[in-house]
Parts: sequence; C-alpha cells; structure tokens
Amino acid sequence: MCTTCGCGDTELVPVELHEKILAGNDRAARHNREHFVESGVLALNLMGSPGAGKTAVLEATAQAAAAKGWKLGAVSADLATDNDARRLEKAGIPSKAITTGQACHLDAELVHRSLHDFPWRDTDVFFIENVGNLVCPAIYDLGQAANVVVLSVTEGEDKPLKYPVMFNAADLVLLTKCDLLPHLDVDLAKMHDALARVMPRPRVIEVSARTGQGMDAWVGWLEELRAGLALPAGQKHPHAHAHPHPHEHEHAHSDGRKHLHAHSHDHGEPGHGHGHSHDHAHGRRHGHRD
Amino acid sequence: MHEYSLVEALVTRVEAEARKRNALAVHRLSIRVGEYAGVDAELFQTAYETFRAGTICASAPLTLTRVAASWSCPRCATPIARGAVLRCPTCDAPARLDDGSDALTLDAIEMEVP
Repeated sequence: MCTTCGCGDTELVPVELHEKILAGNDRAARHNREHFVESGVLALNLMGSPGAGKTAVLEATAQAAAAKGWKLGAVSADLATDNDARRLEKAGIPSKAITTGQACHLDAELVHRSLHDFPWRDTDVFFIENVGNLVCPAIYDLGQAANVVVLSVTEGEDKPLKYPVMFNAADLVLLTKCDLLPHLDVDLAKMHDALARVMPRPRVIEVSARTGQGMDAWVGWLEELRAGLALPAGQKHPHAHAHPHPHEHEHAHSDGRKHLHAHSHDHGEPGHGHGHSHDHAHGRRHGHRD
Repeated sequence: MHEYSLVEALVTRVEAEARKRNALAVHRLSIRVGEYAGVDAELFQTAYETFRAGTICASAPLTLTRVAASWSCPRCATPIARGAVLRCPTCDAPARLDDGSDALTLDAIEMEVP
C-alpha cells in the first residue's frame, strides 16, 4: 500500500532476486547427486552429437568393465525408440530407455523419475546417455559426478569451437572412431588445439570402440573417479536410511535410522575447489569453477 | 530449443514470487544471459513472447541483458584473449571463466502490490 499518504493505491515494487533460472533443476540435480554419492555409484553424464558413438563406447566399455568386476548400468535418452537401451542390454549393461518425445535434452527430474524402477543402486558405474545433441544438454546438471563428451573424428576439427558451451562443460572428451583416421583428412592436432581453446583443462582420450584403442585409458579414468568415491566395488554401504529432507518417492527403509545429510554434495568430485592446476581425472558438476 | 523449457521455469518462478507477495500484476522482468549460458537470447525472447500469454507475465516486457564471456587467470588475473588457448601465458594456470559469463539469472521482477 502507498505508505506516503495512506490513500490505498497499489504500489510498484522492484523485487531483486538474482536467482538462477535453472535453480529448480539444480535442486533436483543435488538430490540425485546425494543418492548417487551415498550409494557409492559413479554417475556419468554422457553427451555428444547424434551418431558420435556414445552407445558404441558403452558397448565396448562393457567388456573392459567386466574384467574389473564392475557392474554397469545405463539410462539412455532419445526422442523416440528404445534402440540404444536394447543395444546396451545386448552388450550386458542393464539399461532403460528414457523417451523424451520432443525434448532435446535430459533434465534432473527426468533422470530422477527414471531411477525409480531401475536397480541403479546395484551398479558401480552408472551412465546417463543423454539425447544426441551438442547444444541443449550442456546446461542441465543431472546430478552426475562428471560430464563426458563424445566427439567422433568424423565430425570435423572445429566442432569444439562451434559448440564451446558443451566442451567447456566436459570433464573428459572421448575422441571416438579413431580407427577411421587413416581414411580421413582430419588433423588430430587441430582437434586437440580447438579443445584447448574451449576447455581450461583439456582431458582427451582417443578411442576406438571397434579396435579397443584407448579403452584402457578410459577405464583408468573411470577408476580414478571411482577412487574419489572411496568405495571400492562390492563394499558399498547399504542404502537403508530415512531421509530427513522432503522426498517425493519411496525407498526401502529397513531400519528407519536417521541419516543426516551433513556431508558436502561435492563428494566424489576429486580436486574440486582446491584451486590447483594438475591434470588428474577431475569430476565436477555444472557451474563449477576452480 | 530448450529455451521454451527455460521460459517455463522462469514464468513458474515469477508466479510463485507474485503469489508470495500477493501481487496484483507483474510489470517487468529483468534477466541476464551470459554468452556461455547455452541460451540463444533471441530465441529466449521469442519463447517468452509466446509463453507469457495467459500467465501473470502477460503484460510484462522482458529486459534481457547479454553478458559477453571472458576468461582470466585465477592467479594473476591476466585476461585471456578471446579464442586463445585457455591457459595463462604468464603463469601457465588453467584459465577461469569470469563471473556472469555463464549466467542465466532472473535479476528482478517489478510487481504491483496492494
């Protein structure tokens, strides 16, 4: 009300918020992250353009992970069809399709819903295969420990420069289809140079799902991140606690024990926030700066 | 084309704030879009024009401020040239994205309150 003379007129007030428009998504992502971290699951957001080789890399990872004794799991998003999830199942990775309809990206809520009837807690490494798209998925935090961007050598050397937001969000770039290099004019040095202009800490592994090239380095990177979770395979603590925070879905609460979420959400993110500059595997979430 | 889902999140947030303050109307929104926010400013405007019809924002213009992305050295604060390798030429530290470069923020709502 007008406070000058008490006339009862309405008043125009500026409300200063300075709030992230994606704050709602970020809240849902934090929630997902808590679940992943508590359960000792390394969750990765796998992004890249359609046909970059996201699914093929995962198929190849299945063999390498079996040798490590890791259990993998995946949710795989596409606008239509469950082809990728079926391919992954066939490769021995329990998978579930998320059909997004017209949506060009996954958001934290979609991932959260997909977890409800999927045994993700039984996994050691859980892949969230995003919609094939080098633009939209980059800005949505899903609760992952790290972002992996798959870039195939057939896409051209300048893709990182054309889609800087996506590559800037990447903790790791998997350069795929390297077995094709003898047949292409692509200059790998130019590709690495382009990545160095959009990623302050370019971490790149050259791989081929067909020949197995680079798979050891990729699994080694996963291992470093898993070490950051500090929970080796088979020694995960049981997820059996009551959540003190508002919670919309059901869990098995076998003992009703209260578990206070006093920990930071940044567990499992080695190197986070220390202002250092060495080049180890470096998991982080969106919006992270160091 | 994720701009529509962002506008939806924006309008939902404004509606919540308006309810909280018993606002009679919303007169203006101000948002900030960093170059690295992953948002096309014009598409965002178009999405807003389409989406605001029938909402509390129906007659509220959107002021959109663009922020250019820039990088600097976290140690010595030297700015990194646009398009350059993202490492400080002096101390070799990985560059840091400057504040606002990736902002996608709702800065202010001008509302009419009783």
